[in-house]
Amino acid sequence: MTTLAPPAAPGTRRTTSTGGRSGSVAWMALPALLVFIAFGVVPLLGVLFLSFTSWDGIGVIKPTGLVSWRAVLADPGLLHALWVTFVIMALSWLVQTPASLLLGVFLAGHQRYREFLAVLFFIPLLLSSAAIAITYKALLDPNFGLGAGLHIPLLVQDWLGEARLAMGVIIFVVSWQFIPFHTLIYQGAVRQIPRSMYEAAQLDGAGRVRMFFRITLPQLKYTIITSSTLMVVGSLVFFDLIFVLTEGGPGDATRNLALDMYKRGFQANLMGQASAIAVILVLVALALALLLRRIGGGSSSTSQLEGV
Amino acid sequence: MATTLRAGTRQAAGGQKRRSRGRGARRPNWLAGVAGWLWLVIVIVPIYWIVITSFKTQSNYFTTNPFAPPTAPTLDNYRVVIEADFARYFVNSAIVALGAVVPAVLVSFMAAYAIVRGGDQWLLRSVNSLFLMGLAIPLQAAIIPIYLIIIRLHLYDTLLAIILPSIAFAIPLSVLVLSNFIRDVPKELFDSMRVDGASEWVTLWKLAFPLTRPALVTVSIYSGLAIWNGFLLPLILIQSPTQRTLPLALWTFQGQYSINVPAVLASVVLTTLPILILYVVGRRQLLSGLTAGFGK
Repeated sequence: MTTLAPPAAPGTRRTTSTGGRSGSVAWMALPALLVFIAFGVVPLLGVLFLSFTSWDGIGVIKPTGLVSWRAVLADPGLLHALWVTFVIMALSWLVQTPASLLLGVFLAGHQRYREFLAVLFFIPLLLSSAAIAITYKALLDPNFGLGAGLHIPLLVQDWLGEARLAMGVIIFVVSWQFIPFHTLIYQGAVRQIPRSMYEAAQLDGAGRVRMFFRITLPQLKYTIITSSTLMVVGSLVFFDLIFVLTEGGPGDATRNLALDMYKRGFQANLMGQASAIAVILVLVALALALLLRRIGGGSSSTSQLEGV
Repeated sequence: MATTLRAGTRQAAGGQKRRSRGRGARRPNWLAGVAGWLWLVIVIVPIYWIVITSFKTQSNYFTTNPFAPPTAPTLDNYRVVIEADFARYFVNSAIVALGAVVPAVLVSFMAAYAIVRGGDQWLLRSVNSLFLMGLAIPLQAAIIPIYLIIIRLHLYDTLLAIILPSIAFAIPLSVLVLSNFIRDVPKELFDSMRVDGASEWVTLWKLAFPLTRPALVTVSIYSGLAIWNGFLLPLILIQSPTQRTLPLALWTFQGQYSINVPAVLASVVLTTLPILILYVVGRRQLLSGLTAGFGK
């Protein structure tokens, strides 16, 4: 269950078994550590450093103190980007969680036809975000897309050109892409619930709905937390899909934090400000991770990542 | 057994409890059933549309019903895509994916082994915590310094520029999954290796490596797919057309041919084809690889 709190429990025995020779294994962690420090830790610290500078991406990096931070914090665009990020997070969670839960329960059955359906269900997992975004862009095009082809006025909308519609499209496409992943997690977890629990409940005359709420849901508690953590933290960095689909538009209606960071940095050449946004992104991610851990009541972050 | 199950279903549905010794709850779950079939439609309709449209001529696309199969199927769209140099992008993507996954999995495996075998050392414990922290922090936030580092290393606009950060991004989860797996190897096996006088290095490759193979496949698939489909790193680190990877090429192709929907969709089909073949060949492994460590 909580395999992640590792050295504590089996530690005492291991000390004796490896004894003094354990020193000889430490170097094996070195290659991974070096690469991770060079392209993970250093950049993460670097982003904090760069947020106190001004840099156009090509020239010299000038330390300018709080200039970038002031510019970012005074810009109403930041609050808006935070809001967009939050809306996408909340709505995509609200759509994906019940859907994945139901589909996971459905696919946990061992009937032949369900196993066949499962083959098709997971296809969206195989496509890249870029491919999915490109497909939906073509599909929803008001002039050349599905609506125009089918001559259904209801479908002929400027899907990506109107703020509310564009947000709806993004929630839909995000769900289309990620529901299979979470379904997969729930399917595995539902299959692990001991059958005897259902049998006992059945003997007591419990109905399906009651069994779902009394057995399935409580048993899936940690899975729900795992899945939600992945959804929430993942939604913070949705970039590819939104970038290709709307580029943050119309206007800045779908410009979330990740897009804001990219556009300030690599399009407006304001790397200092973009770094400040990145720092905010990291802080939000950490706060959310801590919050979800609190809600889960778990003792270690790993037990949550581990699922059940 | 199927019949008993079905009998059990009918029994249960009737609200009886006496003969419900059929294995588990097997009554129809309407809500989940509806969700299942609905999801099937939602997934299949766009996929079907992509595939049939990619075989239509452009004029055919505008004149026929979008869901009707092409009246005169054509491979022209695929020719256009291939002539747009997609073979090169395919090779680039393969180089990046292999070039990142193989070293990432190997160094993660070694680190996981060290963490499990020497886990009581503070040094290795802190290394482990460092990797775990990497799971909670979105590394995408670090792209600006990565861009800077890549420029300073004179690696900008090379495939290596994508490979190096991809390795780093893949390490935290790989180490977590692999170390959980190595931890399950019975201690007696390690002890007997030690009694035979094998060094840790030999034990790593002769004992742990073969036993960890399923987990190695899992993490390879997980990080491999993420890297193959990766978009952000190529977007910021690649400039020249010849160095593009598939997702980036897809995006630029779409920009150039936006009106030629059948050709754009043909490019989507072509770039997804390798993964689709993998899916057909090893569906179970691919799917279990995708949930690497998250579900069980």
